Amino acid sequence: MSHISTPQQLVEAALAAAATEPGECIVVVQPSSQANLRWANNTATTNGMSTALDWWVVAVVDGAVGTVAAARDAAGASDSVTEVVVATHRAARDAAGSGRARDEQPLIRPEDAAGAQDFDLPPEHTSFDAFTGLLPTLRQAFDTARRADRILYGFARHEQHTVYLGTSTGVRVRWVQPTGTVELNAKSADLTRSSWAGVSAPEMTGIDIAAMAVDLDRRLEWARRTVDLPAGRYDTALPPTAVADFLILLAWGAGARAAHEGRSAFSAQGGATRLGERLTGLPLTLAADPADPTHPTAPFLTATASSDDVSVFDNGAPIGRLEFLRDGVLSGLIRSRADAAEFGGAASPFAGNLALTGGQDGRDVLDLVAGMDRGLLVTSQWYLREVDPQTMLTTGVTRDGVFLVEGGEVVGATPNYRFNMSPLDVLRQAEAVGATVPTLSREWSDWFTRTAMPPMLVRDFNMSSVSQAQ
Amino acid sequence: MPKLGRVTGSISCPDVDADFLALPLTALADAALAAATAAGAEHADFRFERIRGADIMVRDHALQRSSEAVTSGYAVRVIAGGSWGFAASDEPTADAAARTARQAVAVARAVAALGGERVERADEPVHAGARWCSDYRIDPFAVPVADRIGLLLDRSERLLAGDGVDHTAIGVELVKEQKFYADTAGSTIWQQRVRMQPEFTAITVDTAAGSFEDMTSLAPPVGRGWEYLTDGTWDFDGELARMPGQLAEKLKAPSIEPGRYDLVIDPTNLWLTIHESIGHATEYDRAIGYEAAYAGTSFATPDGLGTLKYGSPVMHVTGDRTVPHGLATVGYDDDGVAAQRWDLVSGGILTGYQLDRVFAHRLGLERSNGCAFADSPSNVPIQRMANVSLQPDPAGGTLDDLVADVEDGIYVVGDKSWSIDMQRYNFQFTGQRFHRIRNGRIEGQVRDVAYQATTTDFWGAMDAVGNPSTYLLGGAFNCGKGQPGQTAAVSHGCPVARFRGISVLNTVREAGA
Repeated sequence: MSHISTPQQLVEAALAAAATEPGECIVVVQPSSQANLRWANNTATTNGMSTALDWWVVAVVDGAVGTVAAARDAAGASDSVTEVVVATHRAARDAAGSGRARDEQPLIRPEDAAGAQDFDLPPEHTSFDAFTGLLPTLRQAFDTARRADRILYGFARHEQHTVYLGTSTGVRVRWVQPTGTVELNAKSADLTRSSWAGVSAPEMTGIDIAAMAVDLDRRLEWARRTVDLPAGRYDTALPPTAVADFLILLAWGAGARAAHEGRSAFSAQGGATRLGERLTGLPLTLAADPADPTHPTAPFLTATASSDDVSVFDNGAPIGRLEFLRDGVLSGLIRSRADAAEFGGAASPFAGNLALTGGQDGRDVLDLVAGMDRGLLVTSQWYLREVDPQTMLTTGVTRDGVFLVEGGEVVGATPNYRFNMSPLDVLRQAEAVGATVPTLSREWSDWFTRTAMPPMLVRDFNMSSVSQAQ
Repeated sequence: MPKLGRVTGSISCPDVDADFLALPLTALADAALAAATAAGAEHADFRFERIRGADIMVRDHALQRSSEAVTSGYAVRVIAGGSWGFAASDEPTADAAARTARQAVAVARAVAALGGERVERADEPVHAGARWCSDYRIDPFAVPVADRIGLLLDRSERLLAGDGVDHTAIGVELVKEQKFYADTAGSTIWQQRVRMQPEFTAITVDTAAGSFEDMTSLAPPVGRGWEYLTDGTWDFDGELARMPGQLAEKLKAPSIEPGRYDLVIDPTNLWLTIHESIGHATEYDRAIGYEAAYAGTSFATPDGLGTLKYGSPVMHVTGDRTVPHGLATVGYDDDGVAAQRWDLVSGGILTGYQLDRVFAHRLGLERSNGCAFADSPSNVPIQRMANVSLQPDPAGGTLDDLVADVEDGIYVVGDKSWSIDMQRYNFQFTGQRFHRIRNGRIEGQVRDVAYQATTTDFWGAMDAVGNPSTYLLGGAFNCGKGQPGQTAAVSHGCPVARFRGISVLNTVREAGA
């Protein structure tokens, strides 16, 4: 029994054990660490840090797949690693009894793999020290809020995930993915006025919570005047965070297999897809690109198991730029290599970021508001859920500040609303689009933090009913 | 109508697995708790978890995935300087446990400098050497992988053989959760729970029209073992046989005319409305703002305890961490508090909250009702949902009895889409099937239905609940809360119930600009 102390050694030990088994093998090792800081009622609440080692083995036997993910306690010695590998191959043999996988493909070879970071480098880590610069600004924000009868709530996190991927075909790739977010919610002392802001910040340096709170105070002041406005269809200005809420949903629903099988909003009559169809009259491009300098993500795919949109056989496959929308026309769907072989086109996996471009440079959401005759300004959204997969109709609620706009000016806060809108209708009814900026989707910030979106003015946005929530 | 789930046969409660009991967990705990105390912690607890999961999915005629995963690690939580501190690791050595404890104390001291409220907790008796295991008969991880796959493939083939079924998604998610808890007061607790979530979905595609429709099994996720799929607890065979016909009818059903209708809501749908509009609304942490920036707050604030009219007099809701096969059922929570059952809404009045030890103290209670939970060793315990259930009326009617008193209404079956606002007022739900009710009889399906209401109006409009024979324990695996985000499995029982004059939308018209 030999001791294993590095992720690279774990990859090699597992692959060595797999070499004695029939079939092929993929090994992914992911050391991670995270720190988080949470506050409510101007007080820190639950805070902490954690470290973990996730690793999994994928075995391919007779065209079928088994996956076993194990914990650190099985990663420290070659004997326990071998046990995991043997269990994985047993699972693959069990799966082979029901036939070959529908998405079977040859494993990626080194010459086809993505250019990635140096495999031999050690993992990156974070700790609670990541907040050394942030904590004084939070304390300052608390002090100011207590004096001003404001209450602050929020959350900051910093994570480091380092992925090591090796295959029995010789692929060895590595990627370090830092993730950070800061969210701040400010309320008046009587809880009747509320505002929110969030940022995606891979590094915590330079984040000033006190400065974020000052910006939120401006919206709390806007809300001192209230307007009782019924539900209805209104021209509505969406900030980048709200546009991200909708377009992440659109991208998640843009799988090629479902579209080709006739069971998605991107399916067309006669068994075709809607590829090539114009979705908006504006020249907008929606793309995921691992090389995006604002939000770089892994240039290769990792997957524990197959799903409708991802194939486990594609582990290590390069991820390129995927344009869902080019100049307003549906131009791409998420496609594994197996999907490409079955339905045509090139493989096009989805990177972990998303950007909508093509709006007017220099225009932020208040510039769009300035051009409105009468309508609403939404500041954030919540609890978006698909109602009808046929149309992607989505319901959700506005949150922490909706404002009536008249003559290009914010005139007062309205109630919150439940809305029913499809991301496809948001695009179709877009009348004006501003400049793209990095933003954090409030609804999906748990899972998808890397977006760049513009503000958008949407005609006849369906505010379906009034919510009493404040 | 589908047969509702009932317990069949005897239930035997197995013990915690011997290999888990054999782990040197007390030694790890001793190292951590001693280090925390030496570093100045006023309280410390240690929680080791091993969570085994499996995920199998069959699409159409082929296995799409079969994977298993084990998560293992531990957490040390402390109170130092009046603040919480937390650190987690998966390195199973005494040195690492002690180091992790010191990190937790350092975190507490760092945030204590921010000022604010001090952490204080309600007392709890010491539970030394306690052991608890959930009710199940067949450990799903003892079932050979080939047998698991074979059962799902068989059901997929049977569903695909139905007229009009073009695609299927047949899957199951299995979990075995093992926890060890120890604290500086002297509690040591070993626990083991098993749960599973089946998913059977049929899809029909009208290629010429470019449209499609789907239907998913009404079978709830449960705290049971593999026996759930085979022992008749749920009538899977009957449901699989009925689904193609129900799906074909749904595809051709007329679109609903929006307006106000009397609704008779099946437990397979109502559990989710309970979850969102009662379960989350009666979480005390939300009611006092601890989730204000994320999951939200609650209209049911503490000043309304004992007086807030939540619903009609027939509304009686309990919080329960003891019900057999409940997904939130435990022996002890992650504060080391023994599981309990209590009232949340009595005769339509708000009478209770879900609490952990901090919030019990804040509410002025002597003891927590045991709702602390962390979903993994990497996360800190927060107040999470008990099995929150609407009680049946012993003198209530059957489904037919409730329908008989409806002239013009809709019978709602199965859950699908859901959304509620951040203060738990305004919600919208859809379902798997909607049947028109006319003159006291259930008729054919209608489609494109969503119902929308304000929580207190909705529960105030409930004029009848069914008898115990209509009661079903529904639930979900994926309740989300907290930052970092945590998921929890939770059950909600309810009888069939009737609601007068609820707003119904047509989802196609909602989409049209």
